[in-house]
Amino acid sequence: MPPSQTPSQTVGPFFGRALPYDGGHELVGEDDPAAVQITGRVLDGAGEPVPDALLEIWTGVNGTRGTLRRTGTGASGFGRCATAPDGSYRFRTARPSGPYLALLVFARGLLRPVLTRVYLADGPDPLLDTLEPARRATLVARPDGPDAYRFDVRLQGEGETVFLAP
Amino acid sequence: MTPPPDVHPPYLSPAYGSTVLRAPSLPPVTAKQDPEAVELTSPVFGHHEVDPLEADLTRRHDGEPIGERIVVTGRVLDSGGRPVRGTLVELWQANAAGRYHHDVDRHPAPLDPNFSGAGRCLTDDDGRYRFTTIKPGAYPWRNHQNAWRPAHIHFSVFGTAFTQRLVTQMYFPGDPLFPFDPIFQSVPDPAARERLVARFDLDVTEPEWALGYQFDVVLGSTPLES
Repeated sequence: MPPSQTPSQTVGPFFGRALPYDGGHELVGEDDPAAVQITGRVLDGAGEPVPDALLEIWTGVNGTRGTLRRTGTGASGFGRCATAPDGSYRFRTARPSGPYLALLVFARGLLRPVLTRVYLADGPDPLLDTLEPARRATLVARPDGPDAYRFDVRLQGEGETVFLAP
Repeated sequence: MTPPPDVHPPYLSPAYGSTVLRAPSLPPVTAKQDPEAVELTSPVFGHHEVDPLEADLTRRHDGEPIGERIVVTGRVLDSGGRPVRGTLVELWQANAAGRYHHDVDRHPAPLDPNFSGAGRCLTDDDGRYRFTTIKPGAYPWRNHQNAWRPAHIHFSVFGTAFTQRLVTQMYFPGDPLFPFDPIFQSVPDPAARERLVARFDLDVTEPEWALGYQFDVVLGSTPLES
């Protein structure tokens, strides 16, 4: 008989010395021609910033390689960023080869993470096309200058981000 | 037939106050199956990125931390029981007095200059990880009157798909705080809850050195498997 799955528990407020690592939010170098910047905030059901969330992005770029960036060279397909006191986060990543990158958000008060997608452009898409316009819009990042995008995560309530079943 | 109870806690668990404004109110959307989906792959971390010393939390400083030295080991398995090899396991925990090495921890218990409470390692070819650490203490939190968290170690585990990503907490057998802890109790199925409790193992216990605990981590299936 296959083993039974281990339940999820919250990341809690004290992950700060374990999970973030230097340069975790910078998946590629500043001068990488494919570099894009994605910034945004994580907000709760009252519209208040979530200052203790951890975001992870995964682009699938570079095959299935992550990197803790200990070597200080090369690009990563994986990034991690803890939110600031104002709920903000920031990533610099290579533009994904597909239309979107995957995003996980962990936080105190989330007993399991939320999984979503950051689309860098709207267009025909098997997931987006199943969503009504207002919901669809929550998954599409807003252009915010050259090679820069803005993507807020609303955990609950008005404008709640579309989250995906794992 | 009644479906089996969900393995994971519901997002909204009002007894754990922080869920009230953070739990999504809408059900998650199931994306159309796409074998090329980004979420079905996962980052892989290299041996050159993880120092073997990072698996021994008792040897990260000049002196030895205070507390009961323990070995925590187990296997990371996929839903079919197959080992997940070379995957990154990260952990963090309070010290023996129940204090985290973290700015927002205001519990008036001593910090231990020889313990920062964070470690990581990669699983071996059998999916096995192994940490040496000290047993964490229980600590108070302000969720409700006289609220205390049972002693626990936080685990973060990668699988072979981003959808399998798991963060959980490992507890110690026989903790009297279990019935009073809304985070432990948020797991609806009692059998699933018990899987968060490590098993004391005399075979892992090192004579004259450290008590041993076993804690296996079993990841979910990917949409393509199910």
